[in-house]
Amino acid sequence: MLQTSLKHILTEQDFQDTLRSNENVMICCGRMGPMCIPVYEVMDELQGDYDHVAFRDMEFDGPIGHLIRTLPECKSFRGLPFTVYFKNGKVVRATTSIQTKDQVTEILDAEYAARAAK
Amino acid sequence: MTWDGNPNTYDVIVVGAGPAGLTAGIYLGRAKMRTLVLNEGPVGGQLVLTHEIANYPGVESISGYQLAATMKKQASTFGCTIRSNVAVTNFDLDGEVKTIEVNGKETFCAPAIILAMGGRSRMLSVPGEQEFKGKGISYCATCDGDFFQDKDIIVVGGGNSALEEAVSLTKYARSVTIVHQFDEFQAFAHAIEEARANAKISFIMQSTVTEFMGNGFLQSVKIRNLVSGEITERAIDGVFIFIGYVPNTEKFVGRVQLNSGGEVVVNSSLETNVQGVYAAGDSIQKKYRQVTTAVADGTIAALSAIGHLHNHRANQLEKAL
Ligand SMILES: Cc1cc2nc3c(=O)[nH]c(=O)nc-3n(C[C@H](O)[C@H](O)[C@H](O)COP(=O)(O)OP(=O)(O)OC[C@H]3O[C@@H](n4cnc5c(N)ncnc54)[C@H](O)[C@@H]3O)c2cc1C
Repeated sequence: MLQTSLKHILTEQDFQDTLRSNENVMICCGRMGPMCIPVYEVMDELQGDYDHVAFRDMEFDGPIGHLIRTLPECKSFRGLPFTVYFKNGKVVRATTSIQTKDQVTEILDAEYAARAAK
Repeated sequence: MTWDGNPNTYDVIVVGAGPAGLTAGIYLGRAKMRTLVLNEGPVGGQLVLTHEIANYPGVESISGYQLAATMKKQASTFGCTIRSNVAVTNFDLDGEVKTIEVNGKETFCAPAIILAMGGRSRMLSVPGEQEFKGKGISYCATCDGDFFQDKDIIVVGGGNSALEEAVSLTKYARSVTIVHQFDEFQAFAHAIEEARANAKISFIMQSTVTEFMGNGFLQSVKIRNLVSGEITERAIDGVFIFIGYVPNTEKFVGRVQLNSGGEVVVNSSLETNVQGVYAAGDSIQKKYRQVTTAVADGTIAALSAIGHLHNHRANQLEKAL
């Protein structure tokens, strides 16, 4: 299990339930490495501002890592983490390697409309 | 020290939350200074880029992430406020009270500032580098090495990191070609020997990569021979770039004295040429850049800033009388 303060997706059932019960889902699939940790931290910080988005992480090498690894949108990816944005269960964006808070925010705002009022 | 009640007024503002900035935060917090640490990226700086730290005295082995998390906790426990993933958008370091604007909207002020912005890996800055980042171009062998199982890859660079990482990448890759701009390496003899002795590693010296090309992911690079000027195209599966380090001081050009390498010039108290502004860690002019040297700098800068605050307070009292 990843040592982050995000909610983890640990089973395939969990993965399906998360996509089914949330309109907007961002999943960062990685390891506890230097390119992944900054993305987990950004997600953790944004959780409070985007309460209409479910922020989750998933172990790249874990038993269900293939659910993200084998997505067609990640076919050309060769840098951890693989971060995938879902809307109504469908992939709307995917990024590879480290991302800044601004890059993540830009995608969240573009794909999941306005930030929820605080 | 003497707080005016304004929540945005501090005794010291530390810019950067790597080991240097967090250590300054620990010392300042313990000394009961109202301290704000502002950080552009995730807390920990380059420390979180390090899988294992085995040379921090008193700790046999620890991940950089854990060490950074502990330093952050210590600083917070001593009362220091830490804000991460913020952008410093403006600042005024002159005058007795300095101001720093964050995210273009909030302004904080303090009579003392510690600059601890550290550094980052240098990029090649050639066409295609941004486009293929994570799609064949990587800056971290331990993170992405296994995507290149039985592939042909290039390592750009000729220092210790480049040579050590090239050797570690031979665990995965079919071949590793080191491309280096000079005719000799800037690395320890043992690192050079180990790379030369590895049958999977070959060398292209006095050359540099000038362009990355591909279709969705990296497929080839252009390499220019720096002596003859000849440019050749080479099919490749991946490129790892380890070409050194740049201090994160661009924002401070013309505001504090920097040397020709962009490092902040400081005296033995780690004070810059601007009164009340101190600097610590990898962004200052120095020879050795390690966690231990960064935390030592953070300590010195914090203690110097405390000394400055005592004088500042005495001046204020004198003026008030
Ligand atoms: C891959 C790697 C492995 C390493 N391994 C080791 C090791 O095993 N042992 C060892 O002792 N050292 C190691 N080092 C070196 C060590 O990590 C650094 O010397 C140390 O982190 C420097 O600390 P610092 O606080 O000066 O800077 P940094 O760690 O660079 O931290 C600076 C912080 O300031 C922030 N910042 C930058 N600009 C601004 C700005 N304008 N406003 C606000 N914040 C800003 C950055 O985001 C960063 O968080 C390694 C470095 C790397 C890259």
